[in-house]
Amino acid sequence: MAYGRAVPGSVQSIERAAAILQVVAGSGGTLGVTDIAEAVGLAKTTAHSLLRTLLLVGFVEQDPATGRYSLGTALLRLGSSLDTNELRARASNWADALAARSGHAVRLATLSGDEVVVVHHVFRPDDSAQLLEVGTALPPSSALGKVLLAHSHPHTGSRSGPRPPAVAAELGEVRARGWAADRAEANPGFGGIAAPVRGAGGLVVAALGVSGTRSALFDAAGVPRPLVLSMVIDAAHAVSRELGAPGA
Amino acid sequence: MLAVDQGTTSTRSLVFDRGGRMVAVRQREHRQYFPRPGWVEHDPMEIWANTQRTAAQVLADVPGTGEVMALGIANQRETTVVWDRDTGRPVTRALVWQDTRTDDLVTELAARQGAALVAERSGMAIAGYFSGPRLRWILDHVPRARERAERGQLLFGTMETWLIWNLTGGPDGGVHVTDVTNASRTLLMDVRTCRWDPDLLAFFDVPAAMLPEIRPSVGVLGTATALSPALPITGALGDQQAALFGQTCFAPGEAKCTYGTGSFLLQNTGTELVRTRSGSISTVAYQLAGEPVHYALEGSVAVAGALVQWLRDGLGLISSAAEVETLARTVSDNGGCYVVPAFSGLLAPHWRGEARGLVAGLTSYVTKGHLARAALEATGWQTRDVVRAMAADSGLSLPALRVDGGMTTNNLLMQFVADALDTPVVRPMVGETVSLGAAYAAGLAVGLWSDVEALRRNWHRAAQWSPSPERARALTAEYPTWERAVQLSIAWGAP
Repeated sequence: MAYGRAVPGSVQSIERAAAILQVVAGSGGTLGVTDIAEAVGLAKTTAHSLLRTLLLVGFVEQDPATGRYSLGTALLRLGSSLDTNELRARASNWADALAARSGHAVRLATLSGDEVVVVHHVFRPDDSAQLLEVGTALPPSSALGKVLLAHSHPHTGSRSGPRPPAVAAELGEVRARGWAADRAEANPGFGGIAAPVRGAGGLVVAALGVSGTRSALFDAAGVPRPLVLSMVIDAAHAVSRELGAPGA
Repeated sequence: MLAVDQGTTSTRSLVFDRGGRMVAVRQREHRQYFPRPGWVEHDPMEIWANTQRTAAQVLADVPGTGEVMALGIANQRETTVVWDRDTGRPVTRALVWQDTRTDDLVTELAARQGAALVAERSGMAIAGYFSGPRLRWILDHVPRARERAERGQLLFGTMETWLIWNLTGGPDGGVHVTDVTNASRTLLMDVRTCRWDPDLLAFFDVPAAMLPEIRPSVGVLGTATALSPALPITGALGDQQAALFGQTCFAPGEAKCTYGTGSFLLQNTGTELVRTRSGSISTVAYQLAGEPVHYALEGSVAVAGALVQWLRDGLGLISSAAEVETLARTVSDNGGCYVVPAFSGLLAPHWRGEARGLVAGLTSYVTKGHLARAALEATGWQTRDVVRAMAADSGLSLPALRVDGGMTTNNLLMQFVADALDTPVVRPMVGETVSLGAAYAAGLAVGLWSDVEALRRNWHRAAQWSPSPERARALTAEYPTWERAVQLSIAWGAP
């Protein structure tokens, strides 16, 4: 069994997982755990625990009826970023519910290069005149911008250069606590609260948030109103779950 | 309010609060039976079981089940069930609205003397799309069905009738009623008096004994003793009418379009029936107990989202439906390419069953991006076809088009519709307009909402696409090219 052979200096479990993926890819979804274990020359229990991990990260999928394995969507999407129109379609129901419950306008944004771009926008539910902002860019100091920048990798192709220490510190905080606030920094009188949306691989793929007057979103001390904050976090979580994020 | 949305692929139970917001939802799909090409059937017992199960689950999901006041039902239209009143067993599976087995029967009936009466009385031309011919097919083909129906042993109903009968006790005192919107889709009802018409029953050879009593859409229909706690059933509407109601299109001229597999546009025309000449259908919109019937014009297009599904599954151009917008945005126009998705003929406003789909204007310049754009534009052009026919029939202008359904997340399409109609397109905050309409109907009857104005106040705009004057002018100039492509698709399919 070629797959069972240990190569010096290699990590054995990764090597085995790769072998399993090759077998699953070649089988067209026709193999169960016993066949896979046999094909890669592993004990069934070992193959089973490797498959469980691959299932967890979305690299394989299991047919609930037959128990057979096929390649997972996370693997198929590897190397291609999530389509923003697909993202909007998957987030739409949750964004609507967030706007209806909170009474605030909702935006979903992604990073396009260095720019924070709105990919979905639900109006504030008061029937006032509002313009659809899909496709427009937001300032990095917006709540959505902070969430996205906090989870981006500035060394990969950033044109804006290194971040000032104060900004870097705030972004670190955003990363740690799982949400960001804009206390009318981007737009006088108006602020925002946003939380990260994670994709199938667990990486942050978008930010979801509400915007409104500073007093509607924050108390006098600038602390987010707990009800609004929990609605935003729950909605972002729900979209992550919809996208198949692990643990969401 | 508890709403049951008995749809083509699934049965869903939802609870809405006084603000019209969805509180909980449960869903269960049912099996699709395709016993022969063109035949589509559902098992009514499975659908009844799914209704009981999802309703019980959703009532358990909400805190304070006792606060749920009443039940409203929205249902797939024209799907036909016939069952035994003593055993509660259907005599055959339900014949689904997509089923085309009655095509030959309908051709034969349409050629008979007196066929003109059907359009005159029912408001709709004879077509296999409606439930009357399906009922006739069952009477002709199920052994002893006609004889048993004449004795009053068999009952007929569309899905809301079947569910209400079962919910209110089934063989044990079940109430046999239909709502006026569903009754209007049988070809058996006089669309002006809203009663079963003896001449139409004679024409289709259907015994009156098996027909349910026609009731208003909003008002007490019975008590659902099969649920715990038992709830009054106080609203029922066909699904597209329910969407019109959920979109709060209560004034003449107000219209909604649901963009799903197909697209369904309904425009409220008020309490006067509009006689159609241009290819839209006159149908009952809704009726509140003790009030006159409100009518609507309807334009059904068979293929909308189904064309995007075909790009995905048939051609493999995209891996998900939403990606069609990404692909379409790789180009700035259709490159001279037009797609007419007449996969199984064209419905409104052309009604040409023989038409077949085509892609016109291919040159080596055309890419898959142009094809994707042309596919989305086809849905927009077809909306324009329907709106134009309705305007010719009703003389009503369209202040704005309210939209719902899965394709409303497609900004390119929604903007194209706004430009093609030169009318604002608006999307409501609650996308579940069908079940919301059922909840609204039921809630009005029990006084949860005082009147339709209270419902209007629940409607909030989630997005709006406004027409650009230059684009609207350009598309008006381009429209004859689309019409030419449609004529080609009809000519192509002609024998």
